[in-house]
Amino acid sequence: MTAIATTGTDVRLTGISKTYGSFTAVHPLDLSVPAGSFFALLGASGCGKTTTLRMIAGLEDPTSGTVELAGRDVTALPPYKRPVNTVFQSYALFPHLDIYENVAFGLRRRGVKSVKKQVDDMLELVQLGDLARRKPQQLSGGQQQRVAVARALINHPQVLLLDEPLGALDLKLRRQMQLELKRIQTEVGITFIHVTHDQEEAMTMADTVAVMNAGRVEQLGAPAELYETPRTTFVANFLGTSNLIAADVLDTSGDDILLRACDTKLALPATRCTATARTGEKLLVGIRPEKITLTHADDAASVPDGRNRITGRITQAGFIGVSTQYLVDSPVAPGLSVYAQNIERDARLAPGAEVVLHWNPGHGFGLDAAQSIEAGTDAGEAGT
Amino acid sequence: MTSPVRWLRRNLVVIAGLGTLAYLILPNVIVTVFSFNKPNGRFNYEWQRFSTDAWTDPCGVADLCGSLSLSLRIAVWATLGATVLGTMIAFALARHRFRARSSVSTLIFLPMAMPEVVMAASLATLFLNMGVSFGFWTILIAHITFCLSFVVTAVKARVMSMDPRLEQAAQDLYATPLQTFLRVTLPIAAPGIVAGALLSFALSFDDFIITNFNAGSTVTFPMYVWGSAQRGTPVQINVIGTAMFAVAVLCVLVAQLVGGRRKRS
Repeated sequence: MTAIATTGTDVRLTGISKTYGSFTAVHPLDLSVPAGSFFALLGASGCGKTTTLRMIAGLEDPTSGTVELAGRDVTALPPYKRPVNTVFQSYALFPHLDIYENVAFGLRRRGVKSVKKQVDDMLELVQLGDLARRKPQQLSGGQQQRVAVARALINHPQVLLLDEPLGALDLKLRRQMQLELKRIQTEVGITFIHVTHDQEEAMTMADTVAVMNAGRVEQLGAPAELYETPRTTFVANFLGTSNLIAADVLDTSGDDILLRACDTKLALPATRCTATARTGEKLLVGIRPEKITLTHADDAASVPDGRNRITGRITQAGFIGVSTQYLVDSPVAPGLSVYAQNIERDARLAPGAEVVLHWNPGHGFGLDAAQSIEAGTDAGEAGT
Repeated sequence: MTSPVRWLRRNLVVIAGLGTLAYLILPNVIVTVFSFNKPNGRFNYEWQRFSTDAWTDPCGVADLCGSLSLSLRIAVWATLGATVLGTMIAFALARHRFRARSSVSTLIFLPMAMPEVVMAASLATLFLNMGVSFGFWTILIAHITFCLSFVVTAVKARVMSMDPRLEQAAQDLYATPLQTFLRVTLPIAAPGIVAGALLSFALSFDDFIITNFNAGSTVTFPMYVWGSAQRGTPVQINVIGTAMFAVAVLCVLVAQLVGGRRKRS
């Protein structure tokens, strides 16, 4: 393994943008990817993430801005002179060459004379040694994907770019390949930049995730940080599910911001609010469905003090094995989702039941109310 | 009673297939059989007796082999010219957006759609007005003209269906534009180019109408056969026909054998 271990380099994009005619695919963007990290660009299709990746590879000329690898400006270099390699969506394996020659392609183009040892080692790494003489179309999707990774990694790139590499695989295989890619990245230590629309994939694999929307980076951070403290409604909705409640700010003087939504008082630690809260103005209070506890209205007295509590009525209950997903209509907000682990199920929690929803105020997050509450949801996407 | 019906029902496809095959093969069989004939008189239309005279002396008839070699030379050059030009045109049409692209695309198809005799006459008019003397070069130019559309069609289809990411992948893997073209684009387009070339050769070799209009006093093999049919048909024509058929069948067999072995390995 140490044979192919390399040190990755950092990637720095400065003011990079791309426009096609009047359409702006990527707005001027600054991005810094530390050496050796697993970085994910996450977003819905058409958000500019693939264009950004292609500009790093040199397959797309940026309209403005620069690309730097390890401090060296490579903006003007053609793709074949950049020390980066790409794993393409749908792999782009050469159909007229066998697996061995596909993997050897990059080495041969750089004039490496004896490629056998390296190719054999590489095929061993991706567990395809016995298929070396097959043609790509004779391989399964998962095998083709591993060939694509091998073909790129054998060149010891300073940065490996992955363009939705797992999109064509079925769910089970995708999970397996996610772990596989993560293992390879840890072993070879190369900087990985991974483009995906699958938020779970991004969170499982990446150290740092940049959520992109309409050609801009909405938020950048570690997966847990993005999930627990989204800064925009898009991130809150795109990354998992969020309940967003519009509330009036009552008091901002203490450690907790006090709010009111429909006669219900809510609290939110000031540190958990990324927007500026002003008394008398609106704020969005977000809470993840799994952070909410459901208690039947008859037991409302058992809810401990100090928790945010709102009342509602269950409209739907979906049993999905490990958990049950409830939809609750409340005067405060319609259609709140609540996920409850199936540990001790309360049989009374069925559609029609009156319930109290309560959560630790510290699990909530505050967002600027001036943005669309629907951004990043399926409904919000259909609208844009 | 039911068993013959059932047998027929089960084997109808095979019978129809064999019938069609016989329909296609029969003319070739007749040509081959009559290449071993020794006719009385000038016409080789009635079976007299077996002889290998024509096979041992295929060039025994005046001008026959001359016209054959001329036809072969024209076919080779026309194939080469049409394939090189047609491949370049196909790439231009498939890859680049330029003004008048769609009109060029339509114009390229015209020779295929136009009645051959119209194209023949108009080419002859053109050459005549330009004062070009008819002969080898006018035939060659005419052949390249009509072969071009077939090459463009075959290659364009192949280039259009090629994933543009393959070339990007090659560039990403350190191949310069020239290496990308030679190592990836050309090999993937090759089946289309080969198909266009084969089609060109066959079309050029047996073209009569366009050639007849633009040949002047030059005589190609199809013109020779046509001309001699007025005065008598030498057995040697059957010999050449049979030999060409054999070569074509051999080529197909070799291609299939090579393809089959590649698939198995």
